[in-house]
Amino acid sequence: MSPGSREGLAVTLDAIGTVAIVAGVLLTLVASIGLLSLPDVLSRMHAATKPQVVGLLLVVIGGALHLRTSVDVWMLVLVGAFQLVTAPVTAHVVGRLAHRGDGVRRDLLYVDELVDTRDGADPGPDRPEPDEPDVEDPDVPAPRGGWTEGS
Amino acid sequence: MSTLPALLDAVLVVSLVLLGISAVLVVVRLLRGPTGLDRLVALDVLVAEFLCGLVAYAALTGDSALVPVVVAISLVGFLGSTTVARFVRRGTDR
Repeated sequence: MSPGSREGLAVTLDAIGTVAIVAGVLLTLVASIGLLSLPDVLSRMHAATKPQVVGLLLVVIGGALHLRTSVDVWMLVLVGAFQLVTAPVTAHVVGRLAHRGDGVRRDLLYVDELVDTRDGADPGPDRPEPDEPDVEDPDVPAPRGGWTEGS
Repeated sequence: MSTLPALLDAVLVVSLVLLGISAVLVVVRLLRGPTGLDRLVALDVLVAEFLCGLVAYAALTGDSALVPVVVAISLVGFLGSTTVARFVRRGTDR
């Protein structure tokens, strides 16, 4: 391989890596705006997975294309694999806690398939609690503490 | 062809600035809450953005000394967020 073509290959790989990094960074920026503007914990988790998985993977691919050393490439592959394995675990724990607690705006849900499995949480207006027979006015749901921000 | 590497470096600097802006947005969510789970999600995103920034900086300078740091932070971030999620409970999550 002549020196000129090697130089051209290096610049081409740098360019592809830069494009990947910029794509990941733009995803991260969009996800941060979504994290700031979405209404509850579940939808914020929806925004949060973009930089955690896709954005970081794109940036890691770009960094590997820039560095191009064997050790660095394998370490960055390790970072991507760790992130792919660990992000669903954290998301599962956080989502379960949000559904049990007050992290879900139930009025924004179309279907809540886990509504029977919530223990001790406030049921929706159409599903009165069985050990609470004195429901006079079902149109007025019980005050649900915890949701303070009206965004 | 000679101006292309300089252009790529400038683009990387711009992307680092964009990462800083998005980190500021995430810190705003981290401070506003309102629940502990919101702060936990924001911290996860902040760790991911920090990792992105480190990799982008390594790509900008060509210095691979930061790559083991990226591996370590990705592991510690997972352990930290999972551990914190065990202790955020309903009613006490402020």
